[in-house]
Amino acid sequence: MAGKIHFSLVSPERELFSGEVDQVDAPGSEGDFGVLANHAPFMTALKEGRVRVYAGGKITDFDVKGGFADVTPEGLTILAEHAQAVAS
Amino acid sequence: MASLKEMRNRIGSVKSTQKITKALQMVAAAKLRRSTEAAQNARPYAERMAAVIANLAAGVSGDGAPKLLVGTGKDTKQLVVVATSDRGLAGGFNTSIVRLARERISKLIAEGKDVRIITLGRKARDQLKRAYGDRFVASFEVGGNPGLAVAQQVSAKIGELFEAGEADVVTLAFSRFKSVVLQTPTLAQLIPAQVTGSKPIDLKGAAYEYEPDGETILETLLPRNLTVQVLSAMLENQAGFFAAQMTAMDNATRNAGDMIAALTLKYNRSRQAQITKELIEIISGAEAI
Repeated sequence: MAGKIHFSLVSPERELFSGEVDQVDAPGSEGDFGVLANHAPFMTALKEGRVRVYAGGKITDFDVKGGFADVTPEGLTILAEHAQAVAS
Repeated sequence: MASLKEMRNRIGSVKSTQKITKALQMVAAAKLRRSTEAAQNARPYAERMAAVIANLAAGVSGDGAPKLLVGTGKDTKQLVVVATSDRGLAGGFNTSIVRLARERISKLIAEGKDVRIITLGRKARDQLKRAYGDRFVASFEVGGNPGLAVAQQVSAKIGELFEAGEADVVTLAFSRFKSVVLQTPTLAQLIPAQVTGSKPIDLKGAAYEYEPDGETILETLLPRNLTVQVLSAMLENQAGFFAAQMTAMDNATRNAGDMIAALTLKYNRSRQAQITKELIEIISGAEAI
């Protein structure tokens, strides 16, 4: 598997997640998408839905609302107005 | 000279004042920690948001650029948002914010601008009401915990006024929380948005892809940025407020302590003096017989 990417999920109240992950799936406004390492720079609005984070075989889910995803060479950042971890 | 009983009462009242200031100081210290955390937690979001907008703003310019970003090109209608706390007992905290806002407002009025005011926080409303009450367009209260809900109301109101052409330039006055001992009253320009200062992210030669497209994203991002800026101002205010209150109450407690010491000394002296006087009376009475 390719390298890891840095992922951070921040809401106005706090930073919910920050760390190295394998893959992130997010609900883009034009369709769901997944981000792996070395993704091209990309920015999109998110629709209300679930963000799934794959980190070392562990899966973490977050419910987000009113968000933006920003993919840069430095990693992926999701800015969400409301975000909440989903208890698995 | 005050009677002994009066002095005793006085000492008692200062003592109970000291208990109150001491308690307030401890409450403020406890809340300070939580509110600094909240202010710090909000920073990554605001910073990322600023970086994203700076990135986007570099791409869109000219006539197509959203008005929130570039402004209306005029500056005749000025909207000043003054953010303070709801409560007092924090030394000069609120007064210094209001003073800065007042200077700005009177300068703008002197320049012949049409100035409107939104107050956020009960103290701003109370302190500005007399001089500029007729310029108020809205007043908000911070409430117990500054949260997204109030910030959204405020930014919605700002957006509404802006859309209606009632405001060309929007400025926000609040207190930046530098440290426990230092809070600086600051003016920040909300509209047109300030994008300088945050550096665009290095893309290493690759081009950004936008979904749906850059301008649409920017148009939804900017109102949110407004909310975030109001929210972070509120959080900074909250942290600064508790810091100022803690310092003010610490001083008040110490002053009360000094006062108690001085009054107790005076009380003991006059009690001693009275005893001596009574003794002299008895002795001289006995001698006379």
